[in-house]
Amino acid sequence: MIYQVSPIAIVIFIIFVLSVLGLSFYFARKAKSASGYYAAGGQIHWGVNGIAFAGDYLSAASFLGIAGMIAFYGYDGFLYSIGYLAGWVVALFLVAEPLRRLGKYTFADALDAKFNSSAIKLTAAISTLVVSIFYLIPQMVGAGALVTPLLGFPHWVGVILVGSIVIFIVSTAGMTSTTYVQFIKGGLLIIFSLVIVVSVLNRGIKLNPYENYHSFLSLNAVLAGEKVSGVSDPSYSIAGQQNVAGLTFVKLEKSGVQSWWKLKASAETPILEEALSIVTPKEGPKLYNGEPQQAAKFYQVGHAKKIVIDGREVEETGPLGPLEYLRTLEDTEITRFAQKAFQFGDDKVMVFYQNVTSGREIMQPGLYYKLKKGATPWTRLDFISLMLALFLGTSALPHILIRYYTVPSQKAARKSTIVAIVAIGAFYILTLYMGTGAMIGGCLDVQSSNMSAPLLAKTFGTTLFSIVSAIAFATILGTVSGLIVAASGAVAHDFMDKFLKIDMSDHAKVKAGRIAAVVVGIIAIILGILFKNQNVNFLVGLAFAIAASANLPAILMLLFWKKTTSAGISWAIAVGTLTSLGIILLSPTLYEIYGLNPLDAPIPLQNPGIFSIPLGFITLVVVSLLTRNRRASQAA
Amino acid sequence: MHQQPAVELGRDLSIPKKTKLGVIFFLIYLAIYAGLVVIGTLFTSALEVRVFANLNLAVVYGMGLIILAAIMGLFYNHFCTKYEKQMHSKEKV
Repeated sequence: MIYQVSPIAIVIFIIFVLSVLGLSFYFARKAKSASGYYAAGGQIHWGVNGIAFAGDYLSAASFLGIAGMIAFYGYDGFLYSIGYLAGWVVALFLVAEPLRRLGKYTFADALDAKFNSSAIKLTAAISTLVVSIFYLIPQMVGAGALVTPLLGFPHWVGVILVGSIVIFIVSTAGMTSTTYVQFIKGGLLIIFSLVIVVSVLNRGIKLNPYENYHSFLSLNAVLAGEKVSGVSDPSYSIAGQQNVAGLTFVKLEKSGVQSWWKLKASAETPILEEALSIVTPKEGPKLYNGEPQQAAKFYQVGHAKKIVIDGREVEETGPLGPLEYLRTLEDTEITRFAQKAFQFGDDKVMVFYQNVTSGREIMQPGLYYKLKKGATPWTRLDFISLMLALFLGTSALPHILIRYYTVPSQKAARKSTIVAIVAIGAFYILTLYMGTGAMIGGCLDVQSSNMSAPLLAKTFGTTLFSIVSAIAFATILGTVSGLIVAASGAVAHDFMDKFLKIDMSDHAKVKAGRIAAVVVGIIAIILGILFKNQNVNFLVGLAFAIAASANLPAILMLLFWKKTTSAGISWAIAVGTLTSLGIILLSPTLYEIYGLNPLDAPIPLQNPGIFSIPLGFITLVVVSLLTRNRRASQAA
Repeated sequence: MHQQPAVELGRDLSIPKKTKLGVIFFLIYLAIYAGLVVIGTLFTSALEVRVFANLNLAVVYGMGLIILAAIMGLFYNHFCTKYEKQMHSKEKV
């Protein structure tokens, strides 16, 4: 690929992973009972739990996904930061304390505390599994993306590596180990993100991000009608031309190397702008900018095109304060890269061309979610749907909810949530700086947005890159551990113990949880490989939508509506899970993954929440009223 | 058979007051959050207007929501702790 593997990165990575495993062995001794395995004995300090919340929550989506999305689409990525954090308000003000009062080990226990219903146990266990697996996919995808530049392995090796380590951690130690892993990596993630942001501000904004940054060429073009017939540099010859959706791409050849350029015909003199390209010939290896991968000609990109300070153009700003940086960015023109795929003869061609965008556009919504140019009612609905799911999803995530049972009291549950909000909020503010810093830092890999933050760190030195990548890997380990504990709890505790009523000793319950952790881990590995090219943040957004649709109506109505019945809860979970899952499976993104045309998707929504969340609430109310009346008439 | 909790919890007499406060705080935050969604959906151009320290409304509103969550959380904890102390001292009397 375009990355160079560094020995120091490998050493730091191995030290990190060994430290995490050592910690797991140490705490494994404390996980002999079911209470120890699922809830760390309920004895974690609220401060530790608060930072562990942050470690659990700031997953691959937050560090890799949000920073990457901001780096590629500007403010639209920051909307995720806002929504994810706002979700904690729901958790703090409505859910934390009451849930702590009701719960035992899992959130299904809390839902079922009042009713002792088999249907609730079953549906809650299934929704926990579905949400956890959907949340696991992006973590695995993120793991794969990380090991490529760090260790030089292909994506699938990273997925298997993280899956195996986490299965080992969870199946040996359970919640205590998971808590301390999350505590350490949560704290380190925030500290080192701050280091990156201080470095970004200290560097300021530059036209040339660093010394060896590739300088993109422009050539004057001669047009004969719509055809390019010549270029200003005689060392280039024209090897072909392709029109795609109103854009014209021209293939040039120089010294036997072919490259793709984009025609800018609207300028006074038509010009060709150099682009990046990946060509997959019918036979032979892929060519990156016309040469084999080993030639390292496929550059990392993203730079400021025009910087204006106090009305005059400058080449660089020098160090900037946090507000001054954002202000200057709004007045800067930035070269982003858009992509187009087409067939040229026997070759499959992917071109990444320069797309100069004003800072004003970048620092407001609209580049990813079409709210102005190209907006339709569906795109607007998609935006509302996303914001709704992010707001309501957090307090319905099973792996977050189980953390409320690791503290000794309701007061500790509340305090740990506040610590989490402060820590997570601080981190999310940093994402805006990391994302935009990557956008102009000449470090983007146009093939994957997920590596933007670690690659930004690399522009400040290999050591920082190595530490940040190792922390990002630990981030994934921590989150995946929490998710697998939640999923194994759903299978072993909710389903086998409570629903099937299999008579198990305390030791057998822990063993069942560990076996379930291994199975869930293997499923996550397989899905992580299949979803390789998706932005991890987008995938987490889907997990939020399923959680908000399936679990939140049940949790909130149980806490705040006295007429809620057990049938209402189980039907709401079932309807919420199925509708959100159904809309996702019929969405344009999934159509793309199936290899079908996304425009043919029957539901043009990416985010299901706008329909499935209200449907969950309506189902609960209607079924509760119907079953309540039936019960009342039977009693009469 | 019902599973026992990891730890047994004591009696908390301040629950009704804390619940009411939580709902009020939630509704306030929800209204402000909904404001960003409404502006983003229907009045998108308003988000580019520079409103504070020469920063646009999108940045100020977004950062403001994150900081507001932390501030409201601290206030909420302050009042909840106060209610808990009040109710428990009444119980002792």
